[in-house]
Amino acid sequence: MAVTGSAGTPAIPTDFLIVIEPKRGWVGLDLQEVWRYRELLYFLALREIQLRYKQTVLGAAWAILQPLLAMVVFTLIFSKVAKIPSDGVPYAIFSYCALVPWTYFANALSLSGNSLVGSANLISKVYFPRLIIPGASVLAGTLDFGIAFLVLLGMMLYYGIAPGWGVLLVPLLLLMTMGVALGVGLWLSAMNVQYRDVRYAIPFMIQLWMFATPIVYPLSLVPERYRSLVALNPMAGIIEGYRAAMLGRPFQWDALAMAAVLCVLLLVAGAFYFRRVEKTFADVI
Amino acid sequence: MDRPIVRVEGLGKQYRIGARELKYKTIRETLVDAVVSPFHRLNGNVRSAVEEVESHIWALKDVSLDVQRGEILGIVGRNGAGKSTLLKILSRITEPTEGRIEVRGRVASLLEVGTGFHGELTGRENVYLNGAIMGMRKLEIDRKFDEIVAFAEVEKFVDTPVKRYSSGMYLRLAFAVAAHLDPEILVVDEVLAVGDADFQRKCLGRMREQGGRGRTVLFVSHNMVAVMQLCTRAVWLDMGKVRAIGEPNEITGLYLDSTTTGQGERAIHRMIRGDGMVEFLSYRVLNKELQERPLPTTNEDLFIDVVVKARERILHPAFGIEIYTSHQTLLTDINTREMGVSVSPLPKGESTLRIRLKEVPYLPGNYTATIYAMNPQGHLYSFVENAIQFELRQSPLCGTTQLDHRWGCVFTAVEFTNPGTQNSL
Repeated sequence: MAVTGSAGTPAIPTDFLIVIEPKRGWVGLDLQEVWRYRELLYFLALREIQLRYKQTVLGAAWAILQPLLAMVVFTLIFSKVAKIPSDGVPYAIFSYCALVPWTYFANALSLSGNSLVGSANLISKVYFPRLIIPGASVLAGTLDFGIAFLVLLGMMLYYGIAPGWGVLLVPLLLLMTMGVALGVGLWLSAMNVQYRDVRYAIPFMIQLWMFATPIVYPLSLVPERYRSLVALNPMAGIIEGYRAAMLGRPFQWDALAMAAVLCVLLLVAGAFYFRRVEKTFADVI
Repeated sequence: MDRPIVRVEGLGKQYRIGARELKYKTIRETLVDAVVSPFHRLNGNVRSAVEEVESHIWALKDVSLDVQRGEILGIVGRNGAGKSTLLKILSRITEPTEGRIEVRGRVASLLEVGTGFHGELTGRENVYLNGAIMGMRKLEIDRKFDEIVAFAEVEKFVDTPVKRYSSGMYLRLAFAVAAHLDPEILVVDEVLAVGDADFQRKCLGRMREQGGRGRTVLFVSHNMVAVMQLCTRAVWLDMGKVRAIGEPNEITGLYLDSTTTGQGERAIHRMIRGDGMVEFLSYRVLNKELQERPLPTTNEDLFIDVVVKARERILHPAFGIEIYTSHQTLLTDINTREMGVSVSPLPKGESTLRIRLKEVPYLPGNYTATIYAMNPQGHLYSFVENAIQFELRQSPLCGTTQLDHRWGCVFTAVEFTNPGTQNSL
């Protein structure tokens, strides 16, 4: 269904014409339409945040507790027991630095993956670009990210670690994290409408993905010949990027560049797939 | 002359039936299909082609109509006639299978009021969210906010979570947002059947006022009075096709005539809500002697035999019924769960459920009933709006006067006495 922004001929005093007709196969992304609904994106993200903070007793504390508790557990198991090295940085800060973006990523992925199914009543009653729904889920988590990030700064102060100039790259890294989360989230959410198995596969997938990403271990622990394989995971490059940025270590530019390319690919492919199946949502959901 | 603001040409929408069960496939099924279907094709094209035809229905077929700017078009028809499908396509919620619609203006669709409302959020938060969902800009909501809240008469509670609202307040607020939309074309589905009578009148008034200002409205309703009062033209959809189009009085008359005839076994249309564990298939309305004729009447028992189909044996089913007048006024809403009555187990497959309305107190006229099935926890198996239509025949209720729905909905035997003078007579 396309909206053609045609200037009215004298006979048609309206400013635009909407043509509703069947579309088959691949369709354009129509980002213009998404832009027109940007306020809805904001309000849906806001709703997600408001609801979570109102319905949970601890509210914003969860944003900190999730990565913090994971850090404590990981430090005990992987550092004290398994004696995994952490590139000369205290393991606690080493893992927390990766857990902040990872927690955001995992939450964004699981929320956006389930977002369409959870918004069935919106989809069957109102029209708006459906891309907004998983988009809002990915956006909503950034507040938690910000809160957890402040704690990271506090910890760095405590450990006496000063971030280098690389900290300036954090916004870019966050954008890439959002991009990967949205790209995969678009696939998952659209598939979830058709195949409800996806809902159960998501937590499992996130768990596997976490261990495939250098979070509890440094990338340097991976043997050299497997590094290129690891780089196929965009989150590997991104997480190492966060560590480099915050802990003032050298960036692995090749891994980061690879992650950026994969991020864009995932996003574009996800968006096109989403648009292709979007028209069936209201009938199936 | 202007071009029509909405032009519908040869519109058709096909649905897979039985889609409830096929609705969400699991990946396993898709894989199995992929492996098995090549053999199906080998087994004979003819058979699969027949199945193909049978497993699809056209919810809409060859629908063409033009709507001029400023018109208020009423859309009437039975459940399953395609009214809601038409609105959904017009609102761009779902795509047509064939045909084309040209719309020259901004459309706002009101298939429900309060879409996206959440109990935990305050009135203010919900107004903004709902407004944005309906396509309003933030600035527009800022500007109209006070007006919306005043219209809904909830000024004192704007910052209270709406879960603390009474149901009336909730609906008023939801409707107030909708009533303040400012599109060129408004698509409305049945939402006027909510709220108290005064508020309904207020909303109808606002809609009419806006229609007068060049607003085009497409309006689906079962409320024939509203269609007659509000609309400038009406269209009657039947089995997915346009049956008639013209003056609202004429069209509602034609439609009402068609619904009162037809006795015997009648099909129940589609399931509206629920998980489909139980389906209502068809029904027959019987009088106190369990006969179809004569029609049942006031103060006598009325039986409705409903053929139900259960996907599995259900040990503790619960059923409910809502009875409405032809003007969609709710008369009764009662269910076995809340009555604390147990119903005998429902066998797997088809069986007949008998509903007995004891000594129905309603006046002669036409009534509709919504029926639903659920489990003891209230989880819905099936909920079918306006599933059943029945007519109560004229009968001398008091003396020689023939009372009917023009004198109200319910019959109450009344006595007038004068106790002070009783003995002196």
